[in-house]
Amino acid sequence: MKYTQGKYPIMQKKAIANNTYSFVISCPEVAEAAQPGQFVHIRANGFTLRRPVSICGIDKEKGLLRIVFEIRGDGTAEIARLNEGELIDMLAPLGHGFTVDTNFKKVILIGGGIGTPPMLPLAQIYGEKATVITGFRSAGAVILNEDFKKTDAETIICTDDGSFGVHSFVTAPLEKLLNDGAVDAVYACGPMPMLKNIAALCKDKNVGLCEISLEERMACGIGACLGCACRTKRNDEEYFAHVCKDGPVFNAEEVIW
Amino acid sequence: MADLSVNICGVDFKNPVIPASGVFGYGREYEELFPLEKLGGIATKGTTLHRRTGNLAPRIAETPSGMLNSVGLQNPGIDHFIESELSYLLTKNLVVLANIAGSTVEECIAVAEKLEQTDVHMIELNISCPNVKQGGAAFGTSCEMAAEVTRQVRKATTKPLVVKLSPNVTSITDIAKAVEDAGADAISMINTLLGMRIDINTGRPVLRNNVGGMSGPAVFPIAVRMVWQAANAVNIPIIGMGGVSSGRDAIELMMAGASAVQVGAAIFTDPFAPVKIIGEMNEFLDSKGISSVKDIIGTVKPW
Repeated sequence: MKYTQGKYPIMQKKAIANNTYSFVISCPEVAEAAQPGQFVHIRANGFTLRRPVSICGIDKEKGLLRIVFEIRGDGTAEIARLNEGELIDMLAPLGHGFTVDTNFKKVILIGGGIGTPPMLPLAQIYGEKATVITGFRSAGAVILNEDFKKTDAETIICTDDGSFGVHSFVTAPLEKLLNDGAVDAVYACGPMPMLKNIAALCKDKNVGLCEISLEERMACGIGACLGCACRTKRNDEEYFAHVCKDGPVFNAEEVIW
Repeated sequence: MADLSVNICGVDFKNPVIPASGVFGYGREYEELFPLEKLGGIATKGTTLHRRTGNLAPRIAETPSGMLNSVGLQNPGIDHFIESELSYLLTKNLVVLANIAGSTVEECIAVAEKLEQTDVHMIELNISCPNVKQGGAAFGTSCEMAAEVTRQVRKATTKPLVVKLSPNVTSITDIAKAVEDAGADAISMINTLLGMRIDINTGRPVLRNNVGGMSGPAVFPIAVRMVWQAANAVNIPIIGMGGVSSGRDAIELMMAGASAVQVGAAIFTDPFAPVKIIGEMNEFLDSKGISSVKDIIGTVKPW
C-alpha cells in the first residue's frame, strides 16, 4: 500500500444529479498509484473526521483522478462547496481494491445508487466483456449513464419506481444473466441489503469470484485506529477486518452478513 | 532552534510530542507518511493479555469539533505485540510507551510481567477505557480500584509506570493522588469523555455500543483544566492529552502542568499533525526567546 496526503487542485466540478457531485482532481502521484476499488479520504474544513469517497476515474497519463459523491450530511456538504481551481485535501489512494483479471471472459458489474462510481474504472478495463447493472431509486438519481455508455460494456439500468430503465431491483437482471451462461466474476458496490442478495445469488450459482465494496464509519483511513470494523471469516474463524485497509473490497464469501 | 527535549521519570524524549494510544496503532501505517524518528515517543494501541476482537461497528461518530469512538480495545494480544511490533519500534529512536489494559487486576499484572522481560521504555496502564464492560473505566472511576490496580502492577514491573486517568470522575485530583500514593511514576490524562449520539431518523444510537469516548478539539479546555488541577495535587509528572491539535495547544497544556503531550483525534484530521505540532512549538518558543520547552512546564500564572 502506497499513499500520501496532499492538497490538489480541482480541475472540474459538475453537479451530476440531485446532491451528487463529480470532481476531477489533478494529483499525478495519487493517480499513478490508484487502483479500481480504492478510495480517497477527504478533509472537510471544520470537521474532525475525513470523509471516504470511492475513486470513479483514474487517468494515469494525465495525472487525474475523478470522484463522485453524494451530500449525506454536513461534512460532505462542506466538501461540495469546494470549487474549480480550489485545493482539496486528500489522503490517498487508500484501501484494497478489486481483483482485475484480464483472462476473465465475462464479468458483471453492479452499482446501487452512490455505489455506482467505483464500477466505472472496471467497465473501462473490461469493456465488452462486462455487463453493467446499475440501480437507482428513480430517474432523477441516475448517474454516470453516459460514462458507462462510452465504455464497450453492455448496460442495464434499473429503477425502484420504474421511472427510468427497467422497473426492478438489480438482482433480477443479475439472476437472468447468471442463468444464461458462465460468468467469471461479479463485482458490486451499494447498499448492504443489495450486496447481501448479490452475494447469496453468486454463491447459489457458483460464480467463481464475487467481490463487494463495503462502507463503514471511518476515522484514520489507513488501518491504524481500527474504527471501521467489519465481521469476516478467515480460516473458519470470525475476524474483525477493517474496511479501510483490508477492504473496502472484500471477497463476498469472507463477509459475515 | 529551541531545545524541545524533556525527561519524564528518567526517560529522555527528544521532543514532547507523542501520538496517543489507539490512534496510531503500532506506528506502521503512519510510517508510510513520515519517519517515526521525528516523534518524541509513541503510545502503542492498548494491548491486553489475549487477542480481543473489539466492539461491533459502527465504532465511530462525528461530533461538533470532535468525535466518538467505541473500538473496544481490539488488539492482537501482548505476545503478538512483543514478538511482532515492539522490537521493530525499539529500532526507531523514540520512546515506546506500551499501553496496557485488562479486565481484571490479574490480567493487568500478567501483561506488565510480560513486558518486564523486554526493552520497552515505559508502561502506560490504561485504567480508563470507556468502551469495555469490565476493567477499563471501572478501575479508573474509583479511587480504591485505581489505587489497587496501580499498586499491583507497580509490584510487577520495574519499568517507569504511567497511569492513564479517566476524566469521567467526580474529582480528578482524588484519583490522581490515589495512583501517586499507590506507586505511579507519572500520570497521563485525559482519556476520552463518555458521550453518545442518536440518529433521530432511526431512533438508534450512532454507535453500536450505544456510548463511546469523546475526543477532539471540543474536549481540549477540559483537558487543560484537569491537567492543571492534577498538577497542583501531585508531585509526579503528567503527560497531557485531550484535543491537542496545534503547537499552541501543546504549549498551553504544558503551561497547565504537562511535561509532554499526546496527540489523538487531530491525527485523523491531519495525519501529519504530530510533526507539525513539533515545528509549531519550536516556532513559538523561538518567537518568545524561550530556549527550552522545559521552561514552560507548569508556568501558568493563575489569577
